[in-house]
This record gives sequence, structure tokens and C-alpha cells, in this order.
Amino acid sequence: MNDGILMALIGGAIIGIAASMMLILNGRMAGVGGIYNGILQFYRGDVGWRVNFVLGLLLGGFILSLLDSERFFSERSNHSHLITAIGGILVGFGAVMANGCTSGHGICGISRLSRRSLIATICFMIAGFVVATGFQWWMTKQGGL
Amino acid sequence: MSQHDYAQTKKGLRSLIALLSGVVFAVGLGLSGMTHPEKILAFLTLGPGWDPSLIFVMIAAIAVHFCAYRWINKRHHPLFDSRMHIPTNNDVSTSLWVGALIFGAGWGLAGFCPGTGLVAVADGNWPAVTFVIAMSVGMILHYFYHQLTTKPKELGS
Repeated sequence: MNDGILMALIGGAIIGIAASMMLILNGRMAGVGGIYNGILQFYRGDVGWRVNFVLGLLLGGFILSLLDSERFFSERSNHSHLITAIGGILVGFGAVMANGCTSGHGICGISRLSRRSLIATICFMIAGFVVATGFQWWMTKQGGL
Repeated sequence: MSQHDYAQTKKGLRSLIALLSGVVFAVGLGLSGMTHPEKILAFLTLGPGWDPSLIFVMIAAIAVHFCAYRWINKRHHPLFDSRMHIPTNNDVSTSLWVGALIFGAGWGLAGFCPGTGLVAVADGNWPAVTFVIAMSVGMILHYFYHQLTTKPKELGS
């Protein structure tokens, strides 16, 4: 098996374990977009565990960064900051509007066989394919990249 | 141990589990390669050099979580809380698919989703910092959008 695919399967299983810890022990869905949004909107009496989960993500990221920043992260992205920023605004807005993101709908929701999550996942996959492929095509045509 | 102490202990355990779960989640994302936005974009960009990794990440994560859900669903409550906090909404609303389309478009541009962005921001790299700030702005914009779009209904009712 190709190394990338093996690591994808191992990493995916670990993500599944993390989400399952939240579910079995705390009874919560590990949907990152929703958890983070709950902190920004300051849901009363429901912020503590959210802050802890996000701190955990940051701590995990920091550990990975210390171990091997080049292996786990990219200093430069394919695009300009403007494109990343526009993408970020759409991701934030869309995740709250759809009540979930890649982890909330794509992993937790599909695992529960939720019809809403299946529809959301199909929609964001289609939009992602169209926009990424279209943008690449447009950039090539412009002679950019 | 009094009822109050017991509740406090459980609350403390829940906080610890949330923190640990976040760390494990981040490690999984990092090992899978998903914290590289160009790897996400290589999956979403169809054509030569297409990278199928993301689909394997999802398959493995769903396989594990599916089993966990089946197991806990037969029980009345999670270990450290008195009830499950699972969405019960079944409506396929317009905001569900429109929101998902908007989310997907942003994902296809930036190559980050909320999870990978928050993990990568701890590395301090600029694409991730830009993304997380922008994502936060997008969420706040949605808050105001929601206020604007729901107010007339409340006044009318």
C-alpha cells in the first residue's frame, strides 16, 4: 500500500478515536466548526468544554509543530493570502449556516447515518470539487500559479 | 462523596476529556497529512496529480466512529454526563444545503476546514493564521446575518 494512503487510514482512525472519546465519555459530537462557533457566540454555561477542546487542538498542533513543523505544516499555501482569507470567511459562514463542517457532518454525522449530514457532505464535496478545480483551471489559463 | 462533589468531579473529567480529545484529534489530522492545505486542494482539484488521501481519512474515521456510536446509542447516557448531546433535527432545510455549498466553496479555495485550520494555527504559519482570522469573521458575519433574517419573523409573530 502507498505510504500516503496508509498514513491517511491511520490518521483517520485516530480522528475517529478522538471523536469517539467525546461521544462515549462526554456525550458530545466532535464537530470543530460548531464547537469553535459556540465560543465566539459565547453560549451561556456551555463554553468551558468547548474552550478545552479547542485548546486541545492547539496543544496538539503545537506538539506536532515542535516535533516536525515541515512534515506536518506548510509555510506557504498554493494561493495568495487574499484567496485564503476569502475561503476562510466562506468556511466560517457556511459551517454555521449548515450547522456543521467536515468533522461535524462529514465524520460524526455520517457515522450516525444522519440524512442531513449526508446531504451536507455531498453538497460541500461538490462545491469543493467545482471551486478548487475551476480555480486551478482559471489560474492556469491566466498563466499564474 | 456528596452529590455536589460527584457532579464537580464529573465536570472536571469532562473538561479533561475535551482537552485530551482535542489533542488526539489534532494528532490524527497531522498524521493523515490533512493539515497541509495543498493536500486538501490536491484532493479537490480533479485532473492529473489527483490525491485521494482525504477519502481514506474519512473512511477510517467514519468506520471507528460508526462502531462507537452504535455502542453508546444502546446506553442511556455517556460515562461522564447525565445525557447525550446529539442533534435531533431531521429537517433538510435550505440553510443546510446552501450553507454546505458555501462551506465547500471556501474549503476549495483555502484548503483548510475549521479543524485543520485550528491545528495549523498553532504552528504559527501565515496561511493558517489568515484562515482562522477570516473563518472567525465569517462566523461573526453569520451571527449578524442570522439576526437580520430572523428578526422580522419574531416581530410578526
